[in-house]
Amino acid sequence: MGEGTFSREFEVFGGDFYNAGRVSTEIKEILRQIGIGAATVRRAAIAVYESEMNVVMYARHGKVGLEVTSDLIRLRVKDEGPGIEDIELAMQEGYSTATEEMREMGFGAGMGLPNIQKNSDRFVIRSEVGAGTELEIEVKVDRLATCQKQRGTISDER
Amino acid sequence: MANYGGSIRIDVAQCNGDMACMRVCPTEAIRVRGGKARIIESRCIDCGECMRVCQTHAISPITNSFAELSRFDHTVALVPPVLYGQFGPGVMPERVLAALERAGFDCACDLTMACEAVNGALERYVRNSRGPRPLISCFCPTVLRLIQVRFPELLGMILPIESPKEIMARQIRRAKARRLGVAEEQIGVIHLTPCPAEMLDVIGHPGKEKSDIDGVIAILDIYRTVLSLLPISGKRESGERTPISGVGLNWAILGGQTAFLKRENCLAVEGLRNVIRILNDIEMGRLRDSDYVELHACPHGCVSGCLLVENPYVARARILGILGRLGDQARRSERELAEVCEPGDYLVDRRLSAQSPGPLDSDVGRAIAKIRRFEEIRQSLPNINCGACGAPSCTALADDVVREEAQTSDCVFVALRQLRSEQTRVWDVPPVEKYGGER
Repeated sequence: MGEGTFSREFEVFGGDFYNAGRVSTEIKEILRQIGIGAATVRRAAIAVYESEMNVVMYARHGKVGLEVTSDLIRLRVKDEGPGIEDIELAMQEGYSTATEEMREMGFGAGMGLPNIQKNSDRFVIRSEVGAGTELEIEVKVDRLATCQKQRGTISDER
Repeated sequence: MANYGGSIRIDVAQCNGDMACMRVCPTEAIRVRGGKARIIESRCIDCGECMRVCQTHAISPITNSFAELSRFDHTVALVPPVLYGQFGPGVMPERVLAALERAGFDCACDLTMACEAVNGALERYVRNSRGPRPLISCFCPTVLRLIQVRFPELLGMILPIESPKEIMARQIRRAKARRLGVAEEQIGVIHLTPCPAEMLDVIGHPGKEKSDIDGVIAILDIYRTVLSLLPISGKRESGERTPISGVGLNWAILGGQTAFLKRENCLAVEGLRNVIRILNDIEMGRLRDSDYVELHACPHGCVSGCLLVENPYVARARILGILGRLGDQARRSERELAEVCEPGDYLVDRRLSAQSPGPLDSDVGRAIAKIRRFEEIRQSLPNINCGACGAPSCTALADDVVREEAQTSDCVFVALRQLRSEQTRVWDVPPVEKYGGER
């Protein structure tokens, strides 16, 4: 790990719906402290959130590794769980193996992995059935957007 | 008097440094240094939680006093629906308005009608806008501050609709000036507020244009006067009879805005912790199926504002009681509502900008070095959040140290550890175990 890198590891527990989203909130806070632009923070936070949810819903236990440099956010999510049988199928929007109960709770819409892909600049997924899944996610830091100011927008009523 | 840019101030002379405010602050915006509490402006969202717990009355809202009204020729009090729930059972709005006029306001102006009119504009906007969902309500100033400080990415989803008090202030000022034949500046429009945050709408969010409201008086400050002047009947000296709107009256309690929308996919959320959870969900894109979220920093909505008197549960029941008694009299016609304001005047550009505490350093590389140091410090702290250092949590102290606003030795555990190692070095005395082990 170089001088200009910040890294930290977080734990996620399978079935812990109450705390689901906590890691993404913590990572969001860290990225803000570093001064990463709001849009980039949001992309990274969504990618973490979706990965975290996958661990909570399907795996026993998982770890989220975060590495930040001035131009890249790298996330490594590794879980011990059932693994994914057909990754290509799992990457399709709307495909999900979630149970009816999970869907009723608003989870498992089959958008998790596609959403991670959409919000990252590099996304690699490896999985072994019966062992677990590993995700590598990279989000480039948009340097122009760093420290940018947001504005509320106005649009016509009709 | 330690002033800051928000709506709450701490009187240093009164502060006894008991840290109650620091512990209760939901955004970790208070530090106690040298035995005195201090607010960090960039973190404060004006929720007033600190005021509720302060035993020495050191924390107060920045509001105006009744005496300041003498500079106006004619004074108008804007009466929010929530005020009607503050008096005994059976006290109808008309009597409250009459009491305010007896107390010295030239006119007490009910806001329920404006609330219903704004609710109509809100309904049209939700129906017609095609932007990102859900739209976020804009009527709780504390929630707006929270979004600026913690959720800047959501600023664009805030409903661009003006608040009822601002719309009514504009209308009544024009109407009174015309009727009385005086300049508009001679009319003093004063809002009676249930919470300090409403002051923000008047002193202005950064970038907002001038407000039409001249001052804000805390309901707590006029309560005794109004109570003592409540007339037997609602006959008012000005002779006006005010039509009350039931839809508007509902704005005092949670769900008042969403009830009128008649859509299944709208949410009404109360209490800061829940609001923060919902905003997190929205930021993660989880609530795209919802059209509108009504958010209140206070539990049950405005009835538990910290500048009110009555227990919020009782106040809520009183509001519902008034609604029941008014029955059909509280229905307002399309024509009446259309007279409140021109359709285009409901829109507003609040120009809210991100107001976060800011990164650890303006240079990303240096900020990364600082957050590494932050992590090291955080791990060296006991992580029990005792608050003895004057920061609400160990994480907050680590942040302060990296920002050079505190020292690690402010932590009693760190200081003790340093003292022991010094003792060992100088006198070769082994550490005394009975004072507790190392953490």
